Amino acid sequence: MNSSRTLPYIFSVLIIPLCIVAQESPKAFTGAKIIPVSGNPIENGVIIIQNGKIQSVGSTGVIEIPSDAEVIDVSGKVIMPGLVDTHSHIGEGDGGDKSSTTHPDVRILDAIDPKSDTFKKAIAGGITTVNVMPGSGHLMGGQTVYLKLRKDANTINDMLFCDDVLNEICGGLKMANGTNSLGKAPFTGTRSKSAAVIRQLFIKAQEYQKKIIDANGDPDKMPKRDIEMETLVEVLEGKRIVHHHTHRADDIMTVLRLKDEFGFKVVLHHVSEGWKVAKEIADADVPCSIIMIDSPGGKLEAVNLIYKTGAELEKAGVDVAFHTDDWINDSRLLIRSAAFGVRAGMSERKALESLTLAGARMLGLDNRIGSLETSKDADFIILSGDPFSIYTNIEQTWVEGEKVFDLSDPEDYKYHTGGYEIFRGDFQYTHFCEGVE
Amino acid sequence: MKNIFTLSIVTVLVSVVTLYSQIAVKGKTIYTMSGEPIQNGVILIKDNKIEQVGNENQITIPDGYRIIEGNIVTPGLIDAHTVVGLSGIYNYNHDQEQLEKSDAIQPELRAIDAYNKNDKLVDYLLSLGVTTVHTGHAPGALASGQTMIVKTHSESFTDYVIDSVSMVAFTLGSSIRSNYEKPGTRSKGVAMLRQEFLKAIEYGEKISKNEDDKKPARDLRMETLLKVLNGEIPALFSVNHAVDIMAALRLAEEFKLKLVLDGVSEAYLIIDELKKYNFPIILHPTMVRTYGDYKNASFETAANLHKAGFKFALQSGYESYVPKTRVVLFEAAMANAYGLPFENALASITIDAAELLGISNLVGSLEPGKDADIVIFDNNPFEYTSHVCKVIVNGKLVKEECF
Repeated sequence: MNSSRTLPYIFSVLIIPLCIVAQESPKAFTGAKIIPVSGNPIENGVIIIQNGKIQSVGSTGVIEIPSDAEVIDVSGKVIMPGLVDTHSHIGEGDGGDKSSTTHPDVRILDAIDPKSDTFKKAIAGGITTVNVMPGSGHLMGGQTVYLKLRKDANTINDMLFCDDVLNEICGGLKMANGTNSLGKAPFTGTRSKSAAVIRQLFIKAQEYQKKIIDANGDPDKMPKRDIEMETLVEVLEGKRIVHHHTHRADDIMTVLRLKDEFGFKVVLHHVSEGWKVAKEIADADVPCSIIMIDSPGGKLEAVNLIYKTGAELEKAGVDVAFHTDDWINDSRLLIRSAAFGVRAGMSERKALESLTLAGARMLGLDNRIGSLETSKDADFIILSGDPFSIYTNIEQTWVEGEKVFDLSDPEDYKYHTGGYEIFRGDFQYTHFCEGVE
Repeated sequence: MKNIFTLSIVTVLVSVVTLYSQIAVKGKTIYTMSGEPIQNGVILIKDNKIEQVGNENQITIPDGYRIIEGNIVTPGLIDAHTVVGLSGIYNYNHDQEQLEKSDAIQPELRAIDAYNKNDKLVDYLLSLGVTTVHTGHAPGALASGQTMIVKTHSESFTDYVIDSVSMVAFTLGSSIRSNYEKPGTRSKGVAMLRQEFLKAIEYGEKISKNEDDKKPARDLRMETLLKVLNGEIPALFSVNHAVDIMAALRLAEEFKLKLVLDGVSEAYLIIDELKKYNFPIILHPTMVRTYGDYKNASFETAANLHKAGFKFALQSGYESYVPKTRVVLFEAAMANAYGLPFENALASITIDAAELLGISNLVGSLEPGKDADIVIFDNNPFEYTSHVCKVIVNGKLVKEECF
């Protein structure tokens, strides 16, 4: 590897932790109802944060507030973990091009605009971590990226969840089946062909993986570097999660078959007809990142998409998260999706988890985010009331101990409402080849 | 034979009784939209009409009335502008009738020739309390065609129509150029429309001449435009940028159009001009995506228009993909959450919409003599977690599962 090329990355990676480590006095938020998600709600709670991490969470009177703490009275408010959007297209990134239907080598992180106003929508909606994905116009659209919506991010490096883009896995792999990815060659024309192409590709990756194992560390015996194969080996090893767009019940079963054959870790996305095969999904122990839309239809696969998907999956014992799929749903309205889950019979507890900890698990990041627990990242939102009421506002969004959105600041308020020249509005899936979403 | 005949008469009678049995709706709060809400109210329904509305102390429920109880009662909701029934749920060629692309000006296209009452989205809206829709040809052409007003529940292929020709749908703005080769710019679009209106005026002059042999051949396009120019059919202009709204106002002034403004997402930039003309407004869906000509839409526009003294109706608009339709109940809910007072938000999808569409003699409020279109909610209609539990259309209970 060319070391002169890696140097800037290492340098930037070093700078980020240095900024965070700078000592600051703790902040104590008092008086709010705290929903830790990992445990029962605390009616009159205290949460103490310092250096971007949660120091402690508990009831008033039980938690000791350090003498040097800045005390912020948030009586009457509700505090819950920052929302995790497991599937979004904000950031104006792209993905694979028309040259192939499989692009495991393509990273969306190479194309994201950190200054995109779409990120402002997300933080106004309480989203603190987001899985930004290429579209579903390919069987394999490219590598996704997990981003933290940190304050004043200037470059993509300021947003990455991972620390080292060259040596860590910083996202998942986007795959799709069903109609969106169908098209003229080099795209596939039928569902059967789609599955065959994917199987052949993973078989090739298994052979590549075997060569690496057989080389047993001997550089002379190693196969030639191939970044497509390297990514797929990460998938085969279970280190890179497959985020699989799939709607129809039979397409869902196809994903489960592929998972069985190749043993990868997979999250089912959208899962419009998941309620028809909830038991099968539960038996396969595969989590679902689902979408809520205001009406069914718009394409054949979504004709049976209804609000009850979340409730039916919960009943079957499947782990469920909601996603925006922004621009399909506006990032400002992620909570609304889970509220509609409750409308259709989901428990409030599971619906809250579906916005936070469940999503964190699906991205493999639940050791750092998704709940309000000691030593987790200080990512949280302050709401004016019941999270599932339409009349509740997200008043503040905090990421790693820094306030990134404040409704009382007119500069931030405008992203809450929209209006004249606030959103650029020139991004609408211009980057997809055949299908959309 | 005689027995069978008698039996069938009995069957018919029984089914008529089932269809139009007399109903008393008891509600903890009834929003009649024609006065203050009634606490512990009763609505008596006879056949397809509302008989009486009042407090339970004032109204005696006659024997034989089926009693239906609920928490919050409102009139059947009205979607003041949609494309359901033309823009079908599947989004395949065979169910997309909302925009014909051979010509950017086709006001002669009738909605009634394309409206599919059996499309699943029509019934879907009904299950969320929408009982009347103003639907038809979509925005996206200079003149895409006509619109109509229908009930979302029907028992036959004729009974659902309230008004078969409601308006002609015009659009100005950048969306047209992606559907047609011509016009390619805003100015060209306005010029083409002006020329077409002038042509229609000329056609009208020829028609009105007495000499039969000099009369021009019948021309459906010209006939429709003449009706628009005569004020017989209102001109529904979908315009979002302030530039396009101003162009619509200029056209209305030049050709004395009975203008209805639709969309108007930048209305907040030209409040004074809009006040001066005071044309009716069907505001964009509150949650419309902020892209294209809607990029400057705000969740607060409904509230701001209300503060400025405007009355308006809300709409579900047109969606090309997922979701295939919006739901006007949810759009009003969001407008309420962003500052439009509750009863004004409810009015924008009931009585204000009915008045704008010219159908307030039939629907839009709960008053004696009006159609018995009623929605029963288990809680605040606008809350995310509330449900539509019962829907009555023309006196018939058509939905009874909480959704």
